[in-house]
Amino acid sequence: MKNMVLTLSLVLILASGTVFAQAQQEAADEELKLVLLVKSLGNGFFEAVADGGVEAAGELDNVTSIYMGPSTATAEGQIEIIESLIAQKVDGIAISANDPDALVPVTKKAMKAGIQVISFDSGISEGGRTIDLAPSAAELIGRQQVQLIAELVGYKGDIAILSATSQATNQNIWIEWMKEEIKKPEYKDMKIVETVYGDDAADKSYREAVGLMQKYPNLAGIISPTTVGVLAASKAIEDEGMKGKVQITGLGLPSEMQHYVENGTCGQMALWNPIDLGYTSTYILEALVTGKAEGKPGDKISVGRMGAVTVGEGGASIMGVPFVFNADNIAKFAAMF
Amino acid sequence: MTSAKSPLMGSGRLIDENSFKERMIVLFTKWETLLALLFVLEIVVFSNITPYFLDYFNLMNASFTFMEKAVMALPMIFVIMSGDIDISIASIIALVSFAMGYAAESGVDTAGLILIGLSVGTLAGMFNGFFITKLGMPAIAVTLATQSLFRGISQAVLEDHAYTTYPESFAFFGQGYVGDSLIPFELVLFLALAVIMGFILHKTTYGRQLYAIGNSKSAARFAGIYVDRVRFINFTLNGLFCGIAAILLTSRIGSTRPNIALNWDIETITLVVLGGVSIMGGRGTVPGVTVAIFLLGYLKFGMGLLNISAKIMIITTGVLLIIAVLLPNFLDLIKAKRKLRLQQVRQN
Repeated sequence: MKNMVLTLSLVLILASGTVFAQAQQEAADEELKLVLLVKSLGNGFFEAVADGGVEAAGELDNVTSIYMGPSTATAEGQIEIIESLIAQKVDGIAISANDPDALVPVTKKAMKAGIQVISFDSGISEGGRTIDLAPSAAELIGRQQVQLIAELVGYKGDIAILSATSQATNQNIWIEWMKEEIKKPEYKDMKIVETVYGDDAADKSYREAVGLMQKYPNLAGIISPTTVGVLAASKAIEDEGMKGKVQITGLGLPSEMQHYVENGTCGQMALWNPIDLGYTSTYILEALVTGKAEGKPGDKISVGRMGAVTVGEGGASIMGVPFVFNADNIAKFAAMF
Repeated sequence: MTSAKSPLMGSGRLIDENSFKERMIVLFTKWETLLALLFVLEIVVFSNITPYFLDYFNLMNASFTFMEKAVMALPMIFVIMSGDIDISIASIIALVSFAMGYAAESGVDTAGLILIGLSVGTLAGMFNGFFITKLGMPAIAVTLATQSLFRGISQAVLEDHAYTTYPESFAFFGQGYVGDSLIPFELVLFLALAVIMGFILHKTTYGRQLYAIGNSKSAARFAGIYVDRVRFINFTLNGLFCGIAAILLTSRIGSTRPNIALNWDIETITLVVLGGVSIMGGRGTVPGVTVAIFLLGYLKFGMGLLNISAKIMIITTGVLLIIAVLLPNFLDLIKAKRKLRLQQVRQN
């Protein structure tokens, strides 16, 4: 029996020894510890966010980027991690929150302990962070969608929109901005003929796309600002033999759209780039920790290759226009998310 | 057995049941002792690796994250002890939190919220108990159903919304400290409840009945124990304690969402089994589970301090659980062999 206790202890001591070596290395240099805390582990999107953090840390002096997340996407799991981050006195935490409100008490505690807290991708309510970094804004998304389809159809022809549901708040605001953008003179030969709703269901979206092509024989392009819709419409175009005649763009997931982007059905599409999110968040944290910026509304924070981010009302900030995926870069991103 | 005090010679070895060595062997083959040793080892190891571990403020603060599960584990000892299981407890938390959130939206004060929390929890527990004992349905089936049902109510009404307007004084239960100290209220409450539950299990007839039922329901019935009544009380207690845990958790995070406390049923059962309560019933102690709660809680905290990935934590928990399930059986085997040898020695 003594042997067993002895063996157990030995195993634990050995195991801790390896960790010990690691920990000492980290403590050796007095680097800023900037944490990217994501919704959950094992998600390609967030692994890419982590890559962005490492990239930024490489460019900045004295920064270590730490990537953490709970094993299940819950606020409780994130709170446990934040408590341990407070205890080890990290310098900054950027969080993609599982719950905008539930994290507020603990992030307040973190800020009281002198830690800079921002949120990105999925925000924390005001009072629980200084800056909330949104990947993009409605205006940028809407205008870009029109620009993308214009490039594909050669600035002329009938355009239709395949949206999610008619009540979807996000999509409706984006579509308003698309209608605004298309008023510009360079789009004088283009016209939005109809907006249809696929309810974010694959089969309904597919039928709506087929219906559009039958109803408008001169249809030049479809914009589908939803990941379900753009995928279904691409399939519909390919199945109907309209590839090359009807162009498609939208907001799509690279992993789902790789096939259609590479075979030319969908010439280009957009979505936020998680690498850029991790990169920009780390730059913002560094600026706040070192005092280069205070994070007050109106502050301009320079964020490396992403240019600058302007802090808006209530700390709401916008990273930029969505990232454009095409046949040249889709494979790399499809492997991530 | 009267000859136990006189040392006997056999197979060239000396064995005395009351010798220091024998008593040590009995002590060290107890799962609770091993857990306690493991806990001490954990503290020593983490204190040496990171300067942030052995820090009064940090240790106290870290306890916030696992006290609700600790409260839920206490009545679960009773449930598992008597050969039952309840996998609906995390959903009871969701239901209770939903009820309190709904009440808070309509202006109910802190005292009212506490009352609602405790009663909804108790009722949910009685609901389980009714189907299990009065209708004779298996506990796993009933609580599997209520696992969906209780959380489903919250999901149906809230969808992707949340209740976040709680009175300011409500924040004390999950975020407050005792007086001016750094000791969380949650920690003190748990320790008090653990003492009460420990007393009931180890010092009262009710506790003895639990062991009896866990070992054999039919034998317990023949011995005159109202088995179903005891089981009904267990499930009711489980509901009441979930009500307490829901008050603590909702107060700590100040928000009610349908996915609140997701997976906590399995995590709570993990604590109980790791604490040495046999999943087959009939064996276990409150001190054992209490040590397991702090062992696992501070293991997570320590690993978090070292920024070790959550994936490694899951693997560690899994390994500990397998040891917890296997080791008592293994120790029993060894004890039985020693007994046998002892008897053989005597017979010679």
